[in-house]
Amino acid sequence: MNSMGFFEYLASRWDDLLELSIEHAQVVLVSLLIATVIGVSLGVLTYRRPAAAQVVLAIASTILTIPSFALFGLLIPLLGLGYKPTVVALSAYALLSILRNTITGLRSVDPAITESAKGMGLSNLQQLVRIELPLAWPVIIAGIRVSALLILGIAAIAAYVNGPGLGGDIFSGLSRIGGANSLNLVLGGFLGIIVLALVFEALFAVLGRLTTSKGLN
Amino acid sequence: MTDGMRERDNGHRETMIRLENLSKTFPGQHEPAVDDLTMEIYAGEIVVLVGPSGCGKTTTMKMINRIIEPTGGRIYIEGEDVTTADPDKLRRRIGYVIQQIGLFPHMTIADNIATVPRMLGWDKKRISDRIDELLETVHISKSYRDRYPKQLSGGQRQRIGVARAMAADPPIMLMDEPFGAVDPITRERLQDEFIRLQQDIQKTIVFVTHDIDEAIKMGDRIAILREQSKIAQYDTPERILTDPADEYVEDFIGSGASLKRLSLSRVQDIQTSDWPVAGLNDSHDGVRDKMQRSGKEYVLLLDDQRKPKRWVSMADIEHNGIPLSEAGWPAVAIVEGRSSLYDTLDTMITSYKGSAIVVDDAGRYQGVVDFDAVLQAIESMRPAQHRDGRAVPEGA
Ligand SMILES: Nc1ncnc2c1ncn2[C@@H]1O[C@H](COP(=O)(O)OP(=O)(O)OP(=O)(O)O)[C@@H](O)[C@H]1O
Ligand SMILES: [Mg+2]
Repeated sequence: MNSMGFFEYLASRWDDLLELSIEHAQVVLVSLLIATVIGVSLGVLTYRRPAAAQVVLAIASTILTIPSFALFGLLIPLLGLGYKPTVVALSAYALLSILRNTITGLRSVDPAITESAKGMGLSNLQQLVRIELPLAWPVIIAGIRVSALLILGIAAIAAYVNGPGLGGDIFSGLSRIGGANSLNLVLGGFLGIIVLALVFEALFAVLGRLTTSKGLN
Repeated sequence: MTDGMRERDNGHRETMIRLENLSKTFPGQHEPAVDDLTMEIYAGEIVVLVGPSGCGKTTTMKMINRIIEPTGGRIYIEGEDVTTADPDKLRRRIGYVIQQIGLFPHMTIADNIATVPRMLGWDKKRISDRIDELLETVHISKSYRDRYPKQLSGGQRQRIGVARAMAADPPIMLMDEPFGAVDPITRERLQDEFIRLQQDIQKTIVFVTHDIDEAIKMGDRIAILREQSKIAQYDTPERILTDPADEYVEDFIGSGASLKRLSLSRVQDIQTSDWPVAGLNDSHDGVRDKMQRSGKEYVLLLDDQRKPKRWVSMADIEHNGIPLSEAGWPAVAIVEGRSSLYDTLDTMITSYKGSAIVVDDAGRYQGVVDFDAVLQAIESMRPAQHRDGRAVPEGA
């Protein structure tokens, strides 16, 4: 096969790229969801306990310092190849900024507001669900957004464990650099990720507006 | 002239809140913030806790709804020991207003007010009606229902804070410097409105302030506290002003106790002068006639609803050509019957003729008071103690 120009290449592989991008987005979304559930829960459990908060934050930060190749590699013996280790690794990377923002957001709720809620007879759970989480939400969602951008990139490396998404193209392109269409493969993967990042940004902007009370901005 | 004072001691008194040997020592502190406080708070009264900063007013108040858990003693509400009762249930029976108000910024005004009624399981219609009713009570237009707290002024927020605390009609309200964060003019209006409101709702209110003037104005009974919430005197404002228990109380009242008593008497309780009045639509001859017969130099003109409009002198109505509605000068210096003598005096001093027109709630003419009438009232409220040789405050 002869090398073609990048646009020619895009035109010919349009369908595949779209499919890979959707796969990529999907694994990122699933991982984000898991990280959000874990991060927000841990945040809720620890924001009033400074020592516990420090421990979970330290763990989440440590995870983020593990090089992604190493983490994926470590997961192979435990979870094998494919989708599972990808989701686990991405969720782990996404955890820190969600957890940190949950704690920060909950702690920044004006004490006068929680005191008046308490004074009106709201139970601890009611205070959390009706008052504190909604007030902390803009900060939490900002954390989710940062995590989304972070793992969109890292997800490409999941190809190393045969994970889904655009990483496969980038890897095979890089391994045959100089070969026919190898550069196009790499560039196509990058382009997909960049477009996804823009889509996610837009998505979060809309989501943020829809899920944040009009009284809060 | 005791009938000139607000009647506070109603003989039959029912205890609403009883604090028994209540104490609080915060963790890590040696000295208690509240030490062995025993006091009774009677149903339907505003009890003001007043004292210097840090004396334990807030701590005392917050132990009543157990935002702060006491480390000793007992709390009884309507005879029931609530020291260890479920605090959330307890709090739904007690309205709570704090200085920072603490409205929920992500909820509309309506949702803020609906918080407790919803927890109590009221149906939608009842909640909605209650919101309208409360907004009217606190003088906020119904069109604010769907606004957010950030869209309100400080005074409006304070009103909504009060409305929210009253939502489920709790028999008790705790208010910690509720009018502390607004400007003096708004504060005075909120105080006046609240006193008026309390006449209808007759709640038992524990009110914290560090401002003795506010305490005198708002309180049916005042507890002057010293360090660690020790009661220096617990009495009606009149008795605190005329018969301070000790030097500490005297110092706390500060100078001008006699002047402060003026804020306890209402203008409607003193004798107004008979003043010639006429209608804006009367004939010039009729008005002149009235003036001559009364022997006064001015006649007060009222409109159809008997609202004071203008003062006219003989010279002003010499010429029939000038309609009465334009003759003389506008009637200002108007006070409502329930205004204090203090405010009335203030109005009179700044008025042109040294007298004030008294009107009722609807603004209808009731009478005129002048300096003589006020002086007479002051004369008759001189405390008996002065005659039997007690120290008279400076300047009295
Ligand atoms: N949470 C707390 N932990 C430790 N000490 C406290 C706490 N709250 C209050 N105190 C202390 O208890 C004492 C009484 O405080 P409190 O807030 O009841 O005073 P206050 O009379 O309301 O004063 P202010 O007029 O300044 O509001 C103070 O010495 C204060 O430092
Ligand atoms: Mg205080």
